[in-house]
Amino acid sequence: MDNERLTERIRTLVPEAQLEENKQFLTLVIPADKFHDLAVNLKESEDTLMDYLFCLSGVDMIKHLMVVYHLNSTKHGHSVELKVKTENRENPAFDTVSDIWQAANFYEREVFDLFGIRFNNHPDLRRIFLDENWQGYPFRKDYVDEVNIVDL
Amino acid sequence: MKEVIHTPVPDIEEEEYHINMGPQHPSTHGVLRLVVSLQGEIVKSLKPHCGYIHRGIEKMCEKDTYPQIIHLTDRMDYLSAHINNHAVCLLVENALQVEVPERVKYIRTIIDELTRIQSHQLWWACYGMDLGGLTCFFYGLRDREHILDIFEESFGSRLLHSYYTPGGLMQDIHPNFQKRVKEFIKYFQKKIKDYDRILTGNVIMTERTRGIGILSKEDAINYAVTGPSGRASGFSCDVRKHYPYSVYDKVEFREVLFTEGDTLHRYYARMEEMRESMKIIEQLIDNIPEGEYSAKMKAVLKLPAGEYYQRVETARGELGAYCISDGNKTPFRLKFRSPNFSNLGVLDKISREHKIADLVAIGASLDFVIPDIDR
Repeated sequence: MDNERLTERIRTLVPEAQLEENKQFLTLVIPADKFHDLAVNLKESEDTLMDYLFCLSGVDMIKHLMVVYHLNSTKHGHSVELKVKTENRENPAFDTVSDIWQAANFYEREVFDLFGIRFNNHPDLRRIFLDENWQGYPFRKDYVDEVNIVDL
Repeated sequence: MKEVIHTPVPDIEEEEYHINMGPQHPSTHGVLRLVVSLQGEIVKSLKPHCGYIHRGIEKMCEKDTYPQIIHLTDRMDYLSAHINNHAVCLLVENALQVEVPERVKYIRTIIDELTRIQSHQLWWACYGMDLGGLTCFFYGLRDREHILDIFEESFGSRLLHSYYTPGGLMQDIHPNFQKRVKEFIKYFQKKIKDYDRILTGNVIMTERTRGIGILSKEDAINYAVTGPSGRASGFSCDVRKHYPYSVYDKVEFREVLFTEGDTLHRYYARMEEMRESMKIIEQLIDNIPEGEYSAKMKAVLKLPAGEYYQRVETARGELGAYCISDGNKTPFRLKFRSPNFSNLGVLDKISREHKIADLVAIGASLDFVIPDIDR
């Protein structure tokens, strides 16, 4: 499926999806509450078949927190980049996609660990790299790095 | 008389108990801790604990310029150091739309494949050792020395080279480079037959690993298991074929694919890859074009604001670099999608209901490099 038809497909499922221009991949911003249903549909539908989640990144854009999903179909070869955003820095939460792509299990734990973004219904949401007692989320831009570990 | 108190002995055949494998266990190949839940000696479930060598490389990158970041990528998957450098170099070159000289592309491809061979040699050495064949360890390391010597002559270092720079190479290759690489290929083509004789055709090894830790193609895709481990399950994921970079589109090589997906076929996949890598080098080594070893680059590299994604095929799978730039000389955010981190996720799934000794074989066949998991 080419990018235009893919955009059309996603727009029919989620009319609020915003297209971002001039990107390497087809990039769409999806409202957080509609994302899980869209993801299930993209994975299960015969003509989209997005079965390969090759990258999941957390990003702190200062104004908002964002999770970026890079999806690819191993059968059809098309790719799409989906973003979900939240302005809630106190208690950011999205729905997990680890029930759709198992790879997301570890990816989401990493994002939770370093950005403090919670994933609802995740089977095992614990810190993955840092200590259980670690205070704060070091990859956020407003994290105060008291030991100055990055500048060493 | 004092009454003797008998404490009930737990029946370990029935009850589930946990043991820690690692963080200092020779078969985890680094500081990885696996909490294994066992019944008797059958693995019921397994939880990996990472982070013992987490350095926050992605956060450090946010304070560093792009040429500085190259040096950090060496330290992720140190056995694929050159290929990690390649990812960041391509990212910067594509973002700035710099055309690198043909000579650079050829040299980079040859060195990437040499890196892949030496990484697989070390894997073969450790794989043999984990299964009890100590001779393999000496054979593998002996042959790997030859590549490291070639690297040392041209780049001055043996493990962490930082030889690629955005736009080209740090310096030109040593005059002996081509001659020595050709000598090595000739030498290793003989030696790889020894590898086959000692381990590939070994009845003990094949019987011990056949049908162990089977990963289906659907699971390989679902868990995003890439590299030789994924291809042994039939998941066609070779970045060199699907998204060619440098001169991979000009050389002929086969994407090694199997359908069985067990420990034995993950072994076969890597053995075949070493042969394919030698084929690639043979096609290129005599045809390195003359020219500059680096394109002209500005002193300060600033990527235009935007998002960039670049992937390369390391010895363990797909390495992705996802960069968000705000137009400064340092990236706003740089995320590395490291192959080992995804591959680790599947370990629990494929080692269930196997014996704990098989877990060692499965772990060896997935070829973990722990600093790449933790970054």
